[in-house]
Amino acid sequence: MDEHYDCIVLGTGLKECIISGLLSVEGKKVLHMDRNGYYGGESASLNLNQIFEKFNMGKPTDNLGSSRDYNIDLIPKFILSSGLLVKMLLHTDVTRYLDFKVVDGSYVMPKGGKIQKVPATDTEAATSSLLGFFEKFSAKKFFVFVQEYDEAKPATHQGLNLKQVPMRHVFKKFGLNDESVDFIGHALALHLNDDYLEKPAHDTLVRIRLYAESLARYQKSPYIYPLYGLGELPQAFARLSAIYGGTYMLNKPIEKIAFEDGKVKVTSEGDTVTADFIVADPTYFPDKVKKSGRIIRSICLLSNPIPNSNNAESVQIIIPQKQVGRKSDIYIGEISSSHCVCAKNKYIAIVSTTVETDQPERELEPAYKLLGPIDTKFVSVTDFYEPISDGTSDKAFISTSYDATSHFETTCEDVMDIYKRITGKDLVLTTHPNILKQQEEAAAGHQQ
Amino acid sequence: MNNNNKIFQFKLVLLGEAAVGKSSLVLRFVRGHFLDYQESTIGAAFLAQTVCLNDTTVKFEIWDTAGQERYHTLAPMYYRGAQAAIVVYDIRSEDSFERAIKWVKELQRQGSPNIVIALAGNKLDLAAKRKVETAEAQQYAEENGLLFMETSAKTAQNVNELFVEIAKKLPKTPTTRPGSGRLPITPIDNNAAKKKTCCNGN
Repeated sequence: MDEHYDCIVLGTGLKECIISGLLSVEGKKVLHMDRNGYYGGESASLNLNQIFEKFNMGKPTDNLGSSRDYNIDLIPKFILSSGLLVKMLLHTDVTRYLDFKVVDGSYVMPKGGKIQKVPATDTEAATSSLLGFFEKFSAKKFFVFVQEYDEAKPATHQGLNLKQVPMRHVFKKFGLNDESVDFIGHALALHLNDDYLEKPAHDTLVRIRLYAESLARYQKSPYIYPLYGLGELPQAFARLSAIYGGTYMLNKPIEKIAFEDGKVKVTSEGDTVTADFIVADPTYFPDKVKKSGRIIRSICLLSNPIPNSNNAESVQIIIPQKQVGRKSDIYIGEISSSHCVCAKNKYIAIVSTTVETDQPERELEPAYKLLGPIDTKFVSVTDFYEPISDGTSDKAFISTSYDATSHFETTCEDVMDIYKRITGKDLVLTTHPNILKQQEEAAAGHQQ
Repeated sequence: MNNNNKIFQFKLVLLGEAAVGKSSLVLRFVRGHFLDYQESTIGAAFLAQTVCLNDTTVKFEIWDTAGQERYHTLAPMYYRGAQAAIVVYDIRSEDSFERAIKWVKELQRQGSPNIVIALAGNKLDLAAKRKVETAEAQQYAEENGLLFMETSAKTAQNVNELFVEIAKKLPKTPTTRPGSGRLPITPIDNNAAKKKTCCNGN
C-alpha cells in the first residue's frame, strides 16, 4: 500500500463519492477509504439490524419483518427533479445505475393543523382549499412576474432590482398577506426560516422557479426518490469512480493524517499512503471544523400511511415555523415499501428540524401528531460542522455536514464549491467529454 | 420494432475473484474480441447485448465489478435487482473456486429470490494447468441449482452458449424488476418548465 495518489478521499458519504467520481473521470488517481464496513457514512441507508445496532436498541422486533427488506435513510431528503443533483447524475451518466420514483405529493400544514396538498396542477390549484387561504388574484400576478422576469429585459422587472431589494419588499408590492408569504416562502421556495425576507429577492425567485420546473417534469410533485433508498446515491458515484480507476477500501480505521513536505500522509492499519491533497467529511478532521448548530432527526416506522395524505406511498410535509411558533420549519418525509426501503405495509417517516431549544424532541411534537401511531422511533441529535478553512493552503478539503434542508441543493452546492477549491475551476454540468467517449464506445460495441 | 418478438431486459452481474476473466468473458460476448493483457479496470463496466431465442429476445444489461471486488468493497447496489449472475472462477485456481462458492452463498442470501446463477470455470484454453476438476464443479452446481459451463474467453468456447442458457432459463414475465418501467431522467434544459418532458413511471 506504499503508494502515491493524486487524492485520498476519506468517508463514503454522498459528497465525498461525487467528488471522488468527478476526479476519477478527469483522470486523477484516487484512493477512497471509509472507517465503516458499508458505503455512505452519514448518508447511508441501513437495514434493520444495522440501524438497531447504531442506535443501541438491541435486536429488531419480529413484527417489523426481515432486516434485509429495509434501507432506512439516516438523513432524509428528496431530489428536486430539475435540481443540481439530477444535473450531476446526468453529467456523469450515473442515472443508469439507479431507478427512481416520483414522490406522490407535497403537503403543507397551514393554520388549523390539518395538512393540505400543495397544488401540483392547475386543476388542483383551482380546487385546493389551501388557495382559499390567500388572495388568489395577487398570487397569480406575483407568479406571472416570477415566470416572466428576465434579467436582460428591464421591461419585465416592474421597477424592482431583485439583486438588491429584499424579498419582503417584493411580497409587499404584490400585496400578498402573511399567509400567502408563508406558503410561497416555505412550501415553494423551501426556505428553512424567515431570514430570506430581508435578503435580496433574486435567490427566492430562483428557488420558486426551480420548484416550478421540477414540478413540471413529472407533475405529481417536484421530487423524485431512488429505489432502495438514498444510500444508493453514494454507491452509484463510488461505482463511477471505480470504473475510472478509483480504488475503494472499507473497514479502514484512520490512525493518523499528517501534512509533510507538501504532501498528505494517511496511515491506516500501519500502512501509510501519500497524496497531493485530501478530501474528507468533517468526522475525519475534528480539529479542522467548527460546530454551527444542531439538527434533530427522528426516524419513525409506521404501519399506516400518514393520515390525510390520501394514502400516499411517499409524501413530504412542511410545517412552516410560524404555524407552530418556531424559527425554523419542521419537515416530514415519508416513503414506503414501493421504494424498496421497508417491509410490505410499513412506512418510514423521518421528521427533522434545526434544534432551537434544549429539549429537541419536544420540538417535534407538532409533527408526531400528524403521523398517527408510531411503531418504533430512532432519534438522533447531530452537530452541524463546517470547515474552518477552505483547504487551499493545507490541501485538506473538508465538506460540511448534511443540513436540515429537505432536498440536495445545498449538498450539491458544497460539492461544487469543494470542486472549485480543489481544481480552481467551476464544475460545468454538461455531460463530461470522457463520459461521452465511453458512451460512444459502448454504442459502437453494441452495434455488432 | 418487431411486434411479434417480445424483448425482455434483464440485469446481469459478474462476480468472482480478481483476474479470473470476468471482463474478458463480457468483452468476448459483447464485442467478440479478446485481449491477452486486459487492464484490470476497464471501460466494460456497463455493456448491453441481446440474445435471440425462438420467440423472444433477451437483452442483457451487463454490470462488471469495476475492480471493486479487489478489496471486497463491492457495493450492495451492484447485485441489487440483478436477475442473473455469472460467478466466474479460474479452472487453474482452487482459491478462485472457493471464492466463487462464497459469492454464490452471498447471492443466495442477499440477491433477488429468483436470481438465475451460472457458474463459469474460465480459462479452459489453459486446461493443461487445471486444478479444479470439471466433475467437482459440476456436482456443486447441480446441488445448488446453478447453470454450469467451462468457458474460454480467449477461444470463445462456450461463451455465447453460456449467455444463451441463461437467457433460456430467465422467466419471461411482464414485470421483470421492481419499479420496472423506469422513470426516464431526461436532460434538463432551460425550457424544461414550459414543455412536458415525459409521463411519470407509474
